[in-house]
Amino acid sequence: MPTQQQTIDEILDLAAEQFKVPREKLSPDDDFFKKLGIDSLQALSLLTRLEQHFNVELPDYELQGVSDFRTLAERIQARL
Amino acid sequence: MNQYQGKVISWEVKRGVIEVALHHAPCNEIGVQSLEELEQLAAALPALEESAHALIFYSRQEAGFCAGGDLRELYRGLQQTEKSAAIAGIKEFHQRIHHVMNTFDASPLTTLAAVHGITFGGGLELALVCDLIIADKTARFCFPELRLGLIPGFGGIPRLKRDLGNAVVRDLVLTGRSFNATKALQAGLVSQVVAEGEALRIARVTAAQLGKFDRHTAAAAKKFSKPIPYDELRREIEIVCDLYARPAVEAALKKFVESTDAQPYLP
Repeated sequence: MPTQQQTIDEILDLAAEQFKVPREKLSPDDDFFKKLGIDSLQALSLLTRLEQHFNVELPDYELQGVSDFRTLAERIQARL
Repeated sequence: MNQYQGKVISWEVKRGVIEVALHHAPCNEIGVQSLEELEQLAAALPALEESAHALIFYSRQEAGFCAGGDLRELYRGLQQTEKSAAIAGIKEFHQRIHHVMNTFDASPLTTLAAVHGITFGGGLELALVCDLIIADKTARFCFPELRLGLIPGFGGIPRLKRDLGNAVVRDLVLTGRSFNATKALQAGLVSQVVAEGEALRIARVTAAQLGKFDRHTAAAAKKFSKPIPYDELRREIEIVCDLYARPAVEAALKKFVESTDAQPYLP
């Protein structure tokens, strides 16, 4: 099982690639809505990518109030 | 009319397949305009069936197949009229959309939905009237209606119950969570999952295969394997209209429409 830091790094890599943001500009505690410039529907497309990459199911309601990469990684980590 | 170019929907017949494109920004929300054009398609089907064996619904909008009912239009309608008149209008809208959905469901054509991205609420209900759903990997399926104090109103629960196990139906409807394409395939909602951007092409390939079979036999197989739950569909309209009469629904719609939250879909 990956460490939480590895999971964070993989999320940041995927987010940077999907939304064409320089990887070095993303940090674990960033608000991903603001930093990636995305809305809720685009966040769902990120969720889809993350579910495929980590081979997990992450119900939408677990993301309620989640807007930073670190907490997102915790939610994923809990299902690995 | 083998070709039609509407404001929000267009269709043309290609090699025996009616390809119906949804192209209403941002994500094919279904309001009065969409309903009227879907009614035109439903009315044209008997003539189109002469030259076609299959029908494919797909979206030209990047965000997805269809985000469901047009909640902003619905909210404006609730604001502008007396409550009783508004509920009567909502009932008429639902009766009309049910008639359209039932027409597609009962068509002797084999029908396919080629979906990607957001396939929510009324969009999922449109996909559910089809015989086969082909989803690309970006597709997400959801019935978010409970978040608004409603249940799906375009035939969702009766058709889900027809096609899926009740545990899956309750998971989708009661939690309001979204399924990705892989989960939808496991649940039996989707027949094929394909690479991003490939759903329409694979649907065309599938439709070409269907064209090799005797049409009468294919129609008989469809009718036998896909009964239409008319009683439950009628009951659904009554339940939805009762729910719309509750102040909580108007309050939830107001909150959604006026929300500047980045996550209105995740209450």
